[in-house]
Amino acid sequence: MNIKHSKLEAINLDAYYGDFHALKSINIAMEEKAVTAFIGPSGCGKSTFLRTFNRMNDYIDGFRIEGQILLDGRDIYTDDVRVDELRKEVGMVFQKPNPFPKTIYENVVYGLRIQGIKDKKILQETCEKSLQQAALWNEVKDKLDKSALALSGGQQQRLCIARALAIQPSVILMDEPASALDPISTAKIEDLIYELKKDYTIVIVTHNMQQAGRVSDHTAFFYMGELVEYAKTKTMFTSPKDTRTQNYITGRFG
Amino acid sequence: MPHIDVELERLREKLLEMWDLVEHQLTSGREAVMNADHELSQRIIKLERKVNSFDLKIDRMCENFFALFTPVAVDLRTVLAILKINTNLERIGDTAEGMARFACKLDRPFDPELVELTNVMVMYDEALVMFNECRTAFKSEDPKLAKQIIKRDKALNKIYRKSDVVIGKYLQNNPDRIPEGLALLSIIKKLERVGDQVTNMAEEIIFYREAKVVKHRKKKKKKE
Repeated sequence: MNIKHSKLEAINLDAYYGDFHALKSINIAMEEKAVTAFIGPSGCGKSTFLRTFNRMNDYIDGFRIEGQILLDGRDIYTDDVRVDELRKEVGMVFQKPNPFPKTIYENVVYGLRIQGIKDKKILQETCEKSLQQAALWNEVKDKLDKSALALSGGQQQRLCIARALAIQPSVILMDEPASALDPISTAKIEDLIYELKKDYTIVIVTHNMQQAGRVSDHTAFFYMGELVEYAKTKTMFTSPKDTRTQNYITGRFG
Repeated sequence: MPHIDVELERLREKLLEMWDLVEHQLTSGREAVMNADHELSQRIIKLERKVNSFDLKIDRMCENFFALFTPVAVDLRTVLAILKINTNLERIGDTAEGMARFACKLDRPFDPELVELTNVMVMYDEALVMFNECRTAFKSEDPKLAKQIIKRDKALNKIYRKSDVVIGKYLQNNPDRIPEGLALLSIIKKLERVGDQVTNMAEEIIFYREAKVVKHRKKKKKKE
C-alpha cells in the first residue's frame, strides 16, 4: 500500500513473551495524520503490537522484541531513547476509562505537573484546550474542581483522551477505546477520532468491525501473530484479498 | 449454517423464484408472438403484477439485510448484486409484457417470410438461452459462465443492427403490412434490450464472485 508519509513503522518485528512467539515478522508503515485500525481475533497480537509503539510491554517479564519500531524514522528501542520522553510523543487511551481519583482539572494537567510545569496560566489554558479538543469542555467547564469519578463512563473516556492530548503527543494509541461505552458515547468517541486525525496520527485496536470501517483510513488484520493483510479500509471491507481476512470480517471464523 | 448464510440463502432462493417466473413470461412470449395468441398474451400481461411483487419483496429483504447484518466483503457484494439483478429481472418482465401487448394487437401470425428475413426467432432463442444460462451462472456461482454469456450478446446486437434495413426493404415490397413490420421492429428492439439486461446481470455475478467490475469496460478502452 502506498503511504505518503510514514509516522510509525515496524521493520521485521518479532515479539516474544518468554517462549511464546506473539508477533511474527511484522512489516508495516502507518500514515501520518491518519487513522489505522488493527483488527483480529483475541490473542492475535494486535494489542501487543499497539503497545510496542510506546514500550508499554517493557514491564512484562520475559517480553522481548527483535526488529525495529520507528517513530519519525527513529528507532524507539535503542538505549538512548528515554521512555518518558517517548510517551510524551505517543499517548495512550485504554479500553476501560481510567481517570485518577482527582478533580477533572487535575486529571487533565497531570502530565504537565509531572513535567514540572507550575505556571497556572499554562495549566489552565492547556486544560481548556485539551477538554475542548476532546469535546468535553462544554459538559464540564463549570465543575472542573469536581471528582473525575463522578463523570459518566463516556465522559471519563473523553477525559482520558483530554489527559493524553494535554502533553501534546503526535501519536495517540487507542486500545478498544469505546468497547465499554454505550452507543451514544461510542459515537462521540468516533466523531472525536475523526476530528483528531487532522492533527494526530491515531492507531486504534477494535473488535467492532463497523467501528473500524467508520473511523479508520487503513486497516490491518492480524491472525496468530501474523499481519495477514493491510489495506485501505474501503478495500479491506469490500474486497479483501486473503480468505482469512474475509472469513474474519464476515464473521465466519473458525 | 451461520444465521447470515441462512438469510443470504433465502434471498438467493427468492431471486431464483423470480427468475423462473420471468423465464416463464419470456418463453410464453415467444409462443404468443409466433402464433399471435391473444389469450396467452393476456396471461403473460397478468403475470407482470406477480413479478412486481417479487421485485418489492426482494428490495425489502435486501434493505432488511443491510440494516440487520451490515454486510461486508463478499456478503456485501452478494446483496448489492442481488439488488441489481432484481432490477434487471423486473425490467425483463416489463419487456416480456410489452412484447405480449404487441402480440395482442396482431390479427394473424407474422408473415413467415418476414420472420425468416429478420432472424427474429433466432434472436429470441438466443436471448432465452442467455437468460437461462445466466440463471445457472447465478445458481452455481460461476463467473466463467457469466463471462461467456456476455460474449453471446454480440449475436443479438448483430441481428438488431440489420433489422431496420431488412424490415424497411420488406415494407417497400409489402406496403399493406406496415403495422406488422413496425411491431416486429419493436419486438426486435425489445429483445436487444433483454440481451443488454442479461449482460448486466452476468456482470453482477462476476462482480460479486471475483470483486471485479467489468461493466463499461469496452467504453473505457475505446476512450484510452
